[in-house]
Formats: sequence, structure tokens, C-alpha cells
Amino acid sequence: MALLQVNDIHVYYGSIHAVKGVSFEVNQGEVVTLIGANGAGKSTVLNTISGLLHPRTGGVVFEDHDLKGVAPHKVVSHGLAQVPEGRRIFLQMSVEENLEMGAFTQPGSTVEPGIADVYERFPRLKERRRQIAGTLSGGEQQMLAMGRALMSKPKLLMLDEPSMGLAPILVEQIFDIIKELHAAGTTILLVEQNAQAALAVADRAYVMETGKITLSGTGAELMASDQVQKAYLGG
Amino acid sequence: MSFLNNVITGISLGSIYAIIALGYTMVYGIAKMLNFAHGDVIMVGAYVCFFATGSFGLHPVAGVLLAMVVCTILGMVIEGLAYKPLRQAPSLAVLITAIGVSWFLQNSAQLLWGAAPKVFTPVVSGGLSIFGGQLNISYVTILTVASCLVIMAVLSAFIGKGKMGKAMRACSEDKGAAQLMGINVNSTISMTFAIGSALAAIAGVLMCSAYPTLMPTTGSLPGIKAFTAAVFGGIGSVPGAFVGGLLLGIIEIFAKAYISTDLSDAIVFLALIIVLLVKPSGLLGKYVPEKV
Repeated sequence: MALLQVNDIHVYYGSIHAVKGVSFEVNQGEVVTLIGANGAGKSTVLNTISGLLHPRTGGVVFEDHDLKGVAPHKVVSHGLAQVPEGRRIFLQMSVEENLEMGAFTQPGSTVEPGIADVYERFPRLKERRRQIAGTLSGGEQQMLAMGRALMSKPKLLMLDEPSMGLAPILVEQIFDIIKELHAAGTTILLVEQNAQAALAVADRAYVMETGKITLSGTGAELMASDQVQKAYLGG
Repeated sequence: MSFLNNVITGISLGSIYAIIALGYTMVYGIAKMLNFAHGDVIMVGAYVCFFATGSFGLHPVAGVLLAMVVCTILGMVIEGLAYKPLRQAPSLAVLITAIGVSWFLQNSAQLLWGAAPKVFTPVVSGGLSIFGGQLNISYVTILTVASCLVIMAVLSAFIGKGKMGKAMRACSEDKGAAQLMGINVNSTISMTFAIGSALAAIAGVLMCSAYPTLMPTTGSLPGIKAFTAAVFGGIGSVPGAFVGGLLLGIIEIFAKAYISTDLSDAIVFLALIIVLLVKPSGLLGKYVPEKV
């Protein structure tokens, strides 16, 4: 039984049919990536899983729990955390307060050890713990967004375009962190436009085009596929 | 001595504005709406205290507490019935609804309690007379200023350090991200209305203790002025509401004492216009440098 099952979801923005029957699954311990061009519906899928959007038909099952009608603030308690597109950290709050917000659903006694774990993984954040998050650099903000999501001790970490807007060296750092998290046993669903980097870290991958999944396979298979080469890797 | 008296009166009036302005600014910070019915909640609080102490003979402390409970519930009911269904609506629709709620409260008060002004009995009487009677400070003034300072301190600690206070700040910045953290945005907004309305009840009692005429429109002008104070200090900023309220009270009393009683309101609003021209976000309005 997969950890996360997305079953034939159709999602609309008003009359716009953004996601047209998407199904996929994520198994325990996997890194699964959803790649595709801007506007393919990748973020819409993530926001549907998080409960911020509701599918008109189809559903999301996480660990045997049907997430239908579960309010977004309750989804976190099921063990799903999302690092949203554009990071969306709380810019006017301090680094440490951002991490505390990540642990909002956790019992108070686990917050401090959780923060210590995040600081161990991201020493830069510890140096800047009292700083207002809006003054961090882009890469640091992405680390904070990831650390904040990890604070809820998620069973599944969903990352939406973590490399967006970052310098190449920072993109590399972010993907190194994804590899480390994977090695530590974290299950990850990664949405990316940077197909090359995403496929390199993914166990399995799905290609989305205009609201549908058009290809799927292991990361290596898709990397070698002519179709993906042409469309996303400039090959 | 009259100068010192004016300063004290100004601080006292300013403290009332500050307590009201806190309600405006907190609700604006989180729900991004101007709750123009806030001034009328003050009036309801004052009436509740008036009847509780006058007609039912309750102790003033019990009267204030009862007013706070009633206003807290009223604030949450207003939010739930009138504003929550409009969460996705354009802000103009919410603004007009708030004006509608304001009229509804004023007219309901008129229907229930009549249009004739009531004479409010101050919750404390007497005062201090120092410098051989040259300087008189009423206990109401002392209570008002002390209440404002205590409220400000407690609220700052709650918003700065408390878990729910931090959640309020998170909601005020980004509701979607707050939900992804597991924060219930609806109940956070409801809690903000509850706190603001409880403060409105306190402000209502203090205001009517200092200026004891109580009628259904009692809350509207102080409400507008406190809103001005919130904008003056920087809407959305809690310290801004405090500073804005105090300054507004002092400017108003000084204008009355030294320039013209008739023009005092005009002078207050002129000061607002000047502040906004120089610093559009208000005195302590938030500006956070943001790297992308």
C-alpha cells in the first residue's frame, strides 16, 4: 500500500480545468518528482493534496485516510508538510519563530529538540536565529522553508519548486539537502521545473503536461527518454 | 499648571483612543478589513455596564466583566455571521457590510434602550488633588491610563511570545502558509475579534466614566477617531495603535485648549494628513526590507 495515493483528481479554478484526471502514488521512503513546464498543474496537485484546493472529482488517500473534506490546517497533523512555491516564509517573523510555526501542531515539549535538529542540518539558520526572516538571502529562505516544514515531523515532505529563483550553486545545495533527507529516510514528493536536477535525485518521476500525466518511470528512465530530452533537457 | 492638566487629560483621552485603536489595528492586521462596527461595540459595552451596575446593582468590576463577556460574544457573532461569509469577497463588499453592521448596532440600541442620553455613573469616583488643588487628577484618569498600559503590556507579550499570538502574526502575513503550518485561520480571526471586542468593552466603560453621556451613537465618533489613531500610528501595528492613540488624544486636547474647541477635530485630522503625507505607512507602519 502506497503512503500517498492520488486517484484521478480533477481540479478547477472557476471554469478553468487545471488538473484533468491525475493519478499517481508515492511509496514510503521514495523521492518522487513531478516535472513539467510552467502552468502544467503541478502546484495545483500539491495544493490539492494539502487541502488548500478541493478536487471536483477523485480523491487523495494518505496512509489509509481519505483526505476528502479535511481542512488544510488538519492535513498537517496527518503527517503531510508542504514547502510552498516561492517559499512563503513569514518574512516579518524571526527565523526561530518561523520554525516554531512549523511545529504548531506538535506538543510543546518537542519544539526545542526539533529546532535543534533543524539547526544541525542548516547551521546557517542557527547563526541567524534571531534575525527577521525577510532579511535572509534567497538560499537561506529556502532552507528556512524546508526546516520549517520538517518541524512538523512529516511522513511526507512535499517541495514545490525549491530551486526556483536561486543561483546555480544554491540549487546544487538544495538538491544535496534533498539527497541527504532521502538518505535519512524521508519520503519526498518534489515538484520541479528543473527536470535535470529533479530526475537525478528521484527514484520515480511523472511528467505533467497541461493538467495530465503524460509519462512516468524511474528517474533514470525518464532522463534517457527522447521525449523528456527534447522537451525539458534541451537534448 | 493648566498645561500639566491638559497633558494629563490628553494622555487620558489618548489612552481610550489607544485601547479602541488596538481593536481596529489587530483586526486589520489579520483579517485585512476595517471593522467600522468596532466603535458601536464600545457603545454596547457601555450600555451593558450601565444597566448591570445601575439597574441590577452589580459591583462596577462585575459590570465591566459582564460588558467584556457580552462584547466578546458580540464580536465573534458579528465576525461569524457578517464577515466570515465574505472572506473571498472584494474588500469593498466587506467595508459596506461593516458600515451596515455599525448602523444595525446603533439602531438596535436605539430600539432597545431609547435615543435619550443616559447619564453614566463613573466606575470610580473622586480623585487626587495635588499642589494645593492646582492639579487635579481623577481616579478615572488614573484607572484609564493604568488600564491602557496594562493592556498594552499584556497584549505585546501575548503577540510577541505566546503561541497563539505568533499564530496571529503568521496569519496576518500569509494565511495560506499559516494553514500549511496547521494553524486554523478561521478560529484565529475569530479570536482576534474576541480580543478586540473585549478591549472595546473596557474602552466603552472608561470613556463613559470620563465623558458620562451614553446614547446609541456614543461609540461612532470615538470609533472613527481611534481608527484615525490606528492609521496615524501605522495600521496593523500594535505599538503604532498605542502611540497613535496617545498622540491623537494629546493633539485633540491641546487643540481644544490653545487653538479652538470648534476646530479641534479638524486639527486632529490635519495632523493625520500631514503624517500620512510624510510617512504613508503611518508613524510605526511596518516596512520590512525584503530580499528576493
